[in-house]
Amino acid sequence: MKKLLLASAAISLCASASYAEDIKMGVLLGFTGPLESLAPAMAQGAEMAMKEVSDSGKLLGGDTVTPVRGDSTCVDAAAATAAAETLVTTDGVKGILGAMCSGATTAALQNVAMPNGIVMISPSATSPALSTMDDDGLFFRTAPSDARQGEVMSDELMEKGLKSVAVTYTNNDYGKGLADSFETAFKAAGGTVTISTAHEDGKGDYSAEVGSLASAGGDALVVAGYVDQGGSGVLRGALDSGAFETFVFPDGMVSQTLEDNFGSEINGSFGQLPDSEGQGMQTYLSMAEAAGYDGSSAYSGGAYDGAALMLLAMQAAESTDPSVYKDKIMEIANGPGEKIYPGELAKGLELIEAGTAIDYEGATAINLIGNGEAAGTFREIEIKDDKITTVKYR
Amino acid sequence: MDVINALVALTNYVLIPATAYGAQLALGALGVTLVYSILRFSNFAHGDTMAFGTGIVILFTWLFQSWGISLGPLPTALLALPFGIIVTAALLLGTDRVVYKFYRKVRAAPVILVMVSVGVMFVMNALTRFLIGVDQITFDDGERFVISARQWRDMTGLSEPLTLRSTQVITIVTALLVMVALFWFLNRTRTGKSMRAFSDNEDLALLSGINPDRVVTVTWIITGALATIAGTLYGLDKSFKAFTYFQLLLPIFAAAIVGGIGSPVGAILGGFVISFSEVGLTYAWKKVATYLIPHWEPDGLVQLLSTDYKFAVSFTILILVLIFKPTGLLKGKIV
Repeated sequence: MKKLLLASAAISLCASASYAEDIKMGVLLGFTGPLESLAPAMAQGAEMAMKEVSDSGKLLGGDTVTPVRGDSTCVDAAAATAAAETLVTTDGVKGILGAMCSGATTAALQNVAMPNGIVMISPSATSPALSTMDDDGLFFRTAPSDARQGEVMSDELMEKGLKSVAVTYTNNDYGKGLADSFETAFKAAGGTVTISTAHEDGKGDYSAEVGSLASAGGDALVVAGYVDQGGSGVLRGALDSGAFETFVFPDGMVSQTLEDNFGSEINGSFGQLPDSEGQGMQTYLSMAEAAGYDGSSAYSGGAYDGAALMLLAMQAAESTDPSVYKDKIMEIANGPGEKIYPGELAKGLELIEAGTAIDYEGATAINLIGNGEAAGTFREIEIKDDKITTVKYR
Repeated sequence: MDVINALVALTNYVLIPATAYGAQLALGALGVTLVYSILRFSNFAHGDTMAFGTGIVILFTWLFQSWGISLGPLPTALLALPFGIIVTAALLLGTDRVVYKFYRKVRAAPVILVMVSVGVMFVMNALTRFLIGVDQITFDDGERFVISARQWRDMTGLSEPLTLRSTQVITIVTALLVMVALFWFLNRTRTGKSMRAFSDNEDLALLSGINPDRVVTVTWIITGALATIAGTLYGLDKSFKAFTYFQLLLPIFAAAIVGGIGSPVGAILGGFVISFSEVGLTYAWKKVATYLIPHWEPDGLVQLLSTDYKFAVSFTILILVLIFKPTGLLKGKIV
């Protein structure tokens, strides 16, 4: 209670201190729940962008921006809806950066953002279902859909001439979504999926699963699981029984653990994960380091970009009204125009005010496609000489 | 050639894994059956006793490894096994003194003892996690394979791989030795005979001068040994995770009941019935069928049940047996 009082006192102080309008922005992330370890770095990313804009004093002639945090959890749609409701009705936010997980995002979008006409940009919801959902043009995401990863994986296999694969996935939304999107993309490209079967995480024995996979056969085995969980179990079983020799690893499997435990046995296997490189990311990492948090934490850069996009779009639309500035977001993100990187938000605001077109690149080299989601860059890896090596970015 | 390939595929994916798994289940079921017939309750804490024993074995394995002691091609865990058994037996005896003894004294109904054992299960579960953590641990050192897939291909030139892991051989050999020793003990030694007498008729056994405390003590020690050996073999063959032993409880009980609870031979038989049904019913027979039946390429996987339903198999067998033959395949006893 004391904290709440202090916080509201601080907010009212801020509000009274500024002559121009104070814009409140929601930061709706899963501060509690299964992804709570990722949320702080994401929130700090978003708040850094808001502070940068606020401090520059160039947004709409000197408006300040105040972030308001909300807890979307990850698995509780009702809690996410309630948190979003509070942000919109009580705090009166002009846009929401969030939510975190796909389920929570869908709930907040359909129950709160759409009825109230509030823009939402999620930095981390990757479910393919969000691509086709009706969103009144209010929803965007700076994370690529899992469907993209399925396509990238399919392209990679085709390039290597592997036309028939078996798929095993971890039995949850991530695994199922990825396996389905891959299967669709791979079949469309002319490949065959001999079997697509789930494995449960946290079991001791995967010999039965490996038995079915081996019986179905294929040139390679796609392991859409987690390296600390069942993914490794299936991989171990498949290697031990000699069922497969080539494996494909999506993001959940690519880690140091994989190299340490299997290195020499999986030479020639390959995979891919969403990852960005380049100038924007480097700048962002050093900015985060200066601010005292880890910018390389997953989706942290995307959160910065999401917040920056909304604020730049407000400047371009000359309005904080979500129904007006929502149409500018794609334009800001995709250009053409002068490229804006992290730390250059003030310059971006100036250019827009001067009527010069900008192309916001941000930390993650953002480029929105389709219904307003990141195209995403993927790092293609290969296991060579017992080590994970980067082949290229695509 | 096709027939041989079919046999190899069958051996590699069904026979060998199911036999090793069956041996592990049988050892677990023996422990359950022993407690059931002598102490007269279903011990739900058995799965977590296995986890605890394995955890202790792993700790000793690490100790020996840090001292540079190893068994060459055999896993160090075998050397640590006796120490694990001692600690586990001590824990079981302590539990008995603190918890079970009271309920025996007041002659509590078996169902109360079952509930007590559920409580003990939670405590042991927590204890194991506290000792060794919840992460997956692989503690198998030494030679991994007796025959690896590559060696097999070079040796025979067959297209189907066959692998035989050393842990599978160790599991089967150890299980056989333990079973022989147990039967020798129960049938030939004085203590073993008094245990059987106690199991058959408690009052008569007491009248004939058998010391009940001694029977209980020996039972717990043997149970601890069986649990530790079963758990360690399972952990060596697969991998250790504190939670997975709790999940083993269902197939273990199914094995004990299918075979006829209270009957040691039944426990062993039940273990293999359960493991072969689990693996056989969820195996995709496509490959074997393609080899065996010429000019037939099945579209589907020729799989009766998805592997997700593995546990459902033991559950279904359990229910069928309880409905149609409640005493089990070999006549067990119902308290």
